Amino acid sequence: MNIFILVWSYLKARPLNTAINVILLSLGIAVITILLLFKKQLDQKITDNSKGIDLVIGAKGSPLQLILCNIFHIDFPTGNIKLNEAERIAKNRLIRTAIPLALGDSYRAYRIIGTSSKFRELYQAKLAEGAWWKNNLEVNIGSNVARLAGLRIGDEFTSAHGLTQEGHAHNEHRYIVKGILQKTNTVLDNLILTNVESIWEMHETGDAHDAPEGDSVTARSSLVPSVAAGDSVKQITALLIKYRSPMAAVQLPRLINAESSLQAASPAFETARLFSILGVGVDVIMAFAYVLILISALSIFIALYNSLKERRYDMAVMRSMGASRSKLLVSILAEGGLLTLLGCMVGLLMGHVVVIMLSSMVEQAQKAGITGIIFYSEEWVILGGSLLLGLLCALIPAMQAYRTDISSVLARN
Amino acid sequence: MVSYFSAALTARMVSASNLSYKFFSGTAISFPDFMVKKGDHFLLLGESGSGKTTLLHLLGGLLRNYSGSVQVNDVALETLSEHRLDKFRGQNIGFIFQRNHLISALTVEQNLMMHSYLASMPLQEGRIEEVLHGLGIADKRKSDVSHLSQGQAQRVAIARAVISRPPVIFADEPTSALDDRHCNNVISLLIDVANQNQSTLVIATHDQRVKDRIQQKIVLKH
Repeated sequence: MNIFILVWSYLKARPLNTAINVILLSLGIAVITILLLFKKQLDQKITDNSKGIDLVIGAKGSPLQLILCNIFHIDFPTGNIKLNEAERIAKNRLIRTAIPLALGDSYRAYRIIGTSSKFRELYQAKLAEGAWWKNNLEVNIGSNVARLAGLRIGDEFTSAHGLTQEGHAHNEHRYIVKGILQKTNTVLDNLILTNVESIWEMHETGDAHDAPEGDSVTARSSLVPSVAAGDSVKQITALLIKYRSPMAAVQLPRLINAESSLQAASPAFETARLFSILGVGVDVIMAFAYVLILISALSIFIALYNSLKERRYDMAVMRSMGASRSKLLVSILAEGGLLTLLGCMVGLLMGHVVVIMLSSMVEQAQKAGITGIIFYSEEWVILGGSLLLGLLCALIPAMQAYRTDISSVLARN
Repeated sequence: MVSYFSAALTARMVSASNLSYKFFSGTAISFPDFMVKKGDHFLLLGESGSGKTTLLHLLGGLLRNYSGSVQVNDVALETLSEHRLDKFRGQNIGFIFQRNHLISALTVEQNLMMHSYLASMPLQEGRIEEVLHGLGIADKRKSDVSHLSQGQAQRVAIARAVISRPPVIFADEPTSALDDRHCNNVISLLIDVANQNQSTLVIATHDQRVKDRIQQKIVLKH
């Protein structure tokens, strides 16, 4: 016999009461856990995906759209920009690197990106198998693309316009898979990489094939070396910029937004803005979870308070058997603590199971790389907080137990 | 704390001198001096309202702030702090109440094990078996308390009181709810169990049927 058996027996003796309290609390805890798992992983994804990108430059439009499109690849381009304009900006001494992006096509909703080799360096991509792309229409695919779309080395496929599976198909040209990238847990896992020229080739009308004429070209484009510098026809979608110095953060966006037909957007600023918009929704769900927890706390308090009324004799008899006041105090506190601890553990488990189920059933969650099999130190805080809540709920009943007047309770019969 | 010297001289187990208690309402009640020797049994007789339960609670250390002196097993209870009194109760006194007051969330066995947990005393190996066997309810060891008949429940309550072989057993109206046959049985059982454990038995009762079974008695009057 120990305090645990005693407390557990009391909880077991009121199964319905105990169950409702555990369920109420666990629901609240589960909602908080789910939000925590999603928020932490989204934050991590956003940081990982925008690491090394200080600024995105593209066509005028919504700055948020520019970021969503060119960093997270979940929105459509704001439009195209001229290659020669992009080159002019890229030459700015405040810029360390400028990576060109040419978007527009996809394969089974996986976006195809025409870019330079700097893009894969940005995400520190490594080959899992195969080789890097060299020629036009050769692609490297992210690990999720290989797994979920079932592409292998040497496979050929045609792209579709836009980001949907039903887009207009470019049937004239076929891409060939040259290499598969290792998993990076970034957006790269969901992308198909090729050179910018491939994208252009896809969208040309056949006859307009004006390949550079070798020696006659004196200066080559800094962004797409195969074309001459200052090409006024070719277009790309955006530039990913890394600053040379912190000074650039002050000067460059203003310079671009004021003095050119282009638009510059900061990933840090725009994602913060996005979160402040989404934050309202998250706050509402969070508030709902706290209301659940508050109700469960109240319910636990009432249950303990009521059961203690019935247990006044038990308390007095225990005292007559030699139990000290503090022993009774501790046993009631333990009952509250055990109840919330139980509810909390069930809630944490439920939260993880829900996220695991979501990530296994919803492809979007898989693409975003959300997993339920991950534990954060914040969960210890939730556990500790729940224990504290239980002790708090049990405090008044425990004080009553502490003050039990043995003689008058026993004499009253 | 314990006066071994006086213990050796008198071998008394329970005694009261100049004992009086003042209720919260202001009414005071005083009790005659008396003494029970080690191993003897004793009756506190009186009509209801005569202060039997109060006296029993005073002797059992359940009620404090009295004037005069109560000695149990050679310890003056008024000299103990509340915490020491709790401990003393656990080690020296077994209680049997009119209603059994078993803890209904626990099994018979767990009810008996409670004592060693609450009083922080080790439980002898085989002791539960021995006590339950002695009371003829060995087969109820794992039963839920709520499944017991009233007679069985009373035996469990008696088992609980003697599980730690306390020097003194106080019983408050143990027979008032019983018919003649059961009354006799329970008193015999109490006396037997007390003798087996070399405990001093003190019974507070207004039940006239008990009178003849135990010779030593005091009668409380209003």
